[in-house]
Amino acid sequence: MSDPIDFAVGGAGVPSGKLGDVQAAADLDRRLVLATQGGLALVARPYALLAEQLGTSEALVRERLAVMLADGRIRRIGAVPNHYAIGYPANGMSVWDIDDECIDAVGERVGGLPFVTHCYRRPRHLPDWPYNLFAMVHAATREAALERVGEIAAAIERDFPGVCRSRDVLFSAGILKKTGLRIGA
Amino acid sequence: MPEARERPSGSKVAGRQGIAARRAPDDVDRRLINALQGDFPLVERPFAQVADAVGLSEEALIARLQSLLDDRVLTRFGPMFQIERMGGAFCLAAMAVPEARWGEVVEAVNAFTEVAHNYRREHALNMWFVLATETPGGIADCAARMEAATGLPVHLFPKEREYFVEMKLEA
Repeated sequence: MSDPIDFAVGGAGVPSGKLGDVQAAADLDRRLVLATQGGLALVARPYALLAEQLGTSEALVRERLAVMLADGRIRRIGAVPNHYAIGYPANGMSVWDIDDECIDAVGERVGGLPFVTHCYRRPRHLPDWPYNLFAMVHAATREAALERVGEIAAAIERDFPGVCRSRDVLFSAGILKKTGLRIGA
Repeated sequence: MPEARERPSGSKVAGRQGIAARRAPDDVDRRLINALQGDFPLVERPFAQVADAVGLSEEALIARLQSLLDDRVLTRFGPMFQIERMGGAFCLAAMAVPEARWGEVVEAVNAFTEVAHNYRREHALNMWFVLATETPGGIADCAARMEAATGLPVHLFPKEREYFVEMKLEA
């Protein structure tokens, strides 16, 4: 992950000078998660506001956020778009029944396609759900999404002939909830 | 307070279409959304820094960001946490919800704070959602409570391997 922060410190969970011990850092990190999981305040100095809420310094807030970004506890800080609103109303979850012998090679291949936004191996639920590979595609229309699913199928068949036994595409028909995680409730 | 910007959830989103945006983003919105899907600066006045980059004033940028959230063009603004790196777990789950019980079950499922997001999909398994819990054991526990609350089986699809995750969509 790129890290634009010039004062990022230490490795995962390593507290810097101002914090006495690992426990204090872990405690502050958890309180930062609780304070920001609903969103970052839209004020000119959001980190100063957080520091005030948590009874610590702004410098320490920014430092701990930098540490969490560096060690992957925070994937990124920023906007989460409603994909329907920004031009990707066709959200297709393509699912594939791939021979276990080569599932990981196929997964890497499919995950490497430029239009696949998420790609995972997941357990089958036999007999109703034979699929073990999930690949998400977003597009402006269903036709475009299906075309992309067709490209995935072609790539698999070309590079791994005969390993795909069946597939399906589950289109999203609406977002029912999209809040992100909520801990400490 | 950050909590004041929470999107409404629960009974208001029980319809077939769920949460829909109230307007389409204009060119400035798109520029802003794209800029805010990068690395948000960890500086004293981060909005001022982004504002410079997209040619808005700090106040105008904050006001526009607020309206994008209010109109649900954005669902969230802030840190995106990877709970697995904090000792917790994410898990994809699905249910086959009878149409006659749809609204009631959406409400019951969304009421679980562990449900990070939830989509209706066109399949016999018509509800797909992601659970996020502070401990790995929390997933099975939450699924069991959800089954008790709805009387419907919850199918878990834990990630066995991640091949690729893209965190941005160009607006």
